[in-house]
Amino acid sequence: MSDVSYINRPSRALTVYAYAFLVVLYAPILFIPLFSFNDSIYVKFPLQGFTTRWFVELWQRDSVWAALGNSLRVGLSVAVVSTALGVLAARAIAGSRLPGQSAIVAFVMLPLVIPTIIFGVALLVLMSRMGVPLSLYTIFIGHLIVCLPFAIATLLPRFEGFDRSMEEASADLGENAWWTFWRVTFPIVAPGIVASLLLTFTISFDEFIMAFFLSGTEATLPMYIWSQLRFPREFPSVLALSTVILAVSFILVFAALRIGRLGLVRTGGDTHGA
Amino acid sequence: MTDLQMAARAEGYAPRRRASLGRLFHRSPTLGGYALLSPALMVMVLGMLVPFLILVAMSFWSRDGFDFDTTFTFLNYERAASEPIFGTFLARSFWVSGCATVATVLLCYPMAYYVAFHVHRNKMLWVILMTLPFWTSYLLRVFSWKVILGYEGVINSALLSAGLIAEPLEFLLYSQTAVIITLAHAWAAFAILPIYVSLEKIDRSLLEAAADLGDGPVRRFLRITLPLSMPGVISATFLIFIPTTGDYITPALLGGPDGAMIGNLIQLQFGPVNNWPMGAALSIVLMLWIAAVAAVFLFLARTYRERLA
Repeated sequence: MSDVSYINRPSRALTVYAYAFLVVLYAPILFIPLFSFNDSIYVKFPLQGFTTRWFVELWQRDSVWAALGNSLRVGLSVAVVSTALGVLAARAIAGSRLPGQSAIVAFVMLPLVIPTIIFGVALLVLMSRMGVPLSLYTIFIGHLIVCLPFAIATLLPRFEGFDRSMEEASADLGENAWWTFWRVTFPIVAPGIVASLLLTFTISFDEFIMAFFLSGTEATLPMYIWSQLRFPREFPSVLALSTVILAVSFILVFAALRIGRLGLVRTGGDTHGA
Repeated sequence: MTDLQMAARAEGYAPRRRASLGRLFHRSPTLGGYALLSPALMVMVLGMLVPFLILVAMSFWSRDGFDFDTTFTFLNYERAASEPIFGTFLARSFWVSGCATVATVLLCYPMAYYVAFHVHRNKMLWVILMTLPFWTSYLLRVFSWKVILGYEGVINSALLSAGLIAEPLEFLLYSQTAVIITLAHAWAAFAILPIYVSLEKIDRSLLEAAADLGDGPVRRFLRITLPLSMPGVISATFLIFIPTTGDYITPALLGGPDGAMIGNLIQLQFGPVNNWPMGAALSIVLMLWIAAVAAVFLFLARTYRERLA
């Protein structure tokens, strides 16, 4: 690559800015784990010494385990369902130029650009009019709406990048559509599927607004955190719980981005601009 | 036409229906495509469009004790237009999220520029690093700013123990400034990604040509890089401005009375105030305003592009 040309002479000021930017981007989030190991009920400097008691206390709480179970159940179901729907949709969008396709894609991508609160209250109104009691199922539906655009955006580059003639060859050799999918298409798009599963799970696991409007008596983890924020006494244990959630999210997303080779970035311009 | 014929012929093979269905999908990409799209589309119609239509309907109802009076009325919209509190909150929402959007785009542009033009190895690693925080819980990222800006938070306690201030700074938390800072931080990835993509697409030979013809770095940037990266800037503006206008968490945690936004008002109607039709009307008003602002912005962007061409 001839990137290093007289056009782009290295700029020290810009390099310093870039590293400073990264520090500012990460610093706020890193204060949470820092204070979660601090041996004081007050979140302030100077630090009081290292302790793991907030984590131990967290471990012994039944309500936290219940919320974790709820979050896992919703997150796993949302990940599987939204990825399955995303695979079908991405295959259709990448496969052909359907009449009205861009309108359909824009419609499906709407949750990316409309405040979640609107969908939250709209679903709440629908559920109450239909007499559906609020529960983990209603949260699941809300999260499905939020996650589907991300699933499609993650899967689309995988489907677009692959050679359609391989599917045709398989069909010509007598495989039906089902087996063609499993033996030809699936192995090629598998990394995209894994990335989509990880990302949609993380989004659901972290999502708050939909859960806020659509949860019944059973809380997800973010809802649990929200309810604890009112009590200053609970601050350290909220920090500890946040640390655990942050660690899980970071690991899952980092894996997803590596596996999916940044599908979102490549389509970022098109799908987001829609 | 051919699709219909194909479908009709497929119906004829009743005994081998599965096989012919597969063949049908192979031969008719259009029909197959719609079939594959339909589950996702159905979920979005049932989960997004239908609830939204009911929300629109409800905004024309009124509250009747614990039930609703479903006779058609404009009352909620009249209240939204006449009572100053609604206008104030709406204007403040647009002001706060407008500030946050401008700040985010201005701060993220150099960063995206750096990665697009000055990083040559491990570009992907940089992109991952810049976007990783965005995937973590929004609630927690907002919460972390509460830890930092709080009365006894990171900044105040650090400044106090360093002896730089005698009293904690009160303006940090529960203010519009706090909301703007937090929004700018939380939505950075939405600015970086589109701007980075549009910068990356720029043909480097244009810059070299300009340099050969005698343009200095500043003129090259103003006449080539900046105009060609405008699509990224425009989509970044949209992606941040629209969702943040209706944000609920940030103003609720950090805004205090001066920083509360329209999202909080909508939540109040569905929660403590328990006037769902009013909340529905406010949601619709918010949507309409967002659409209007977006339309004006798009029009300006298009005029700008035409003038350029």
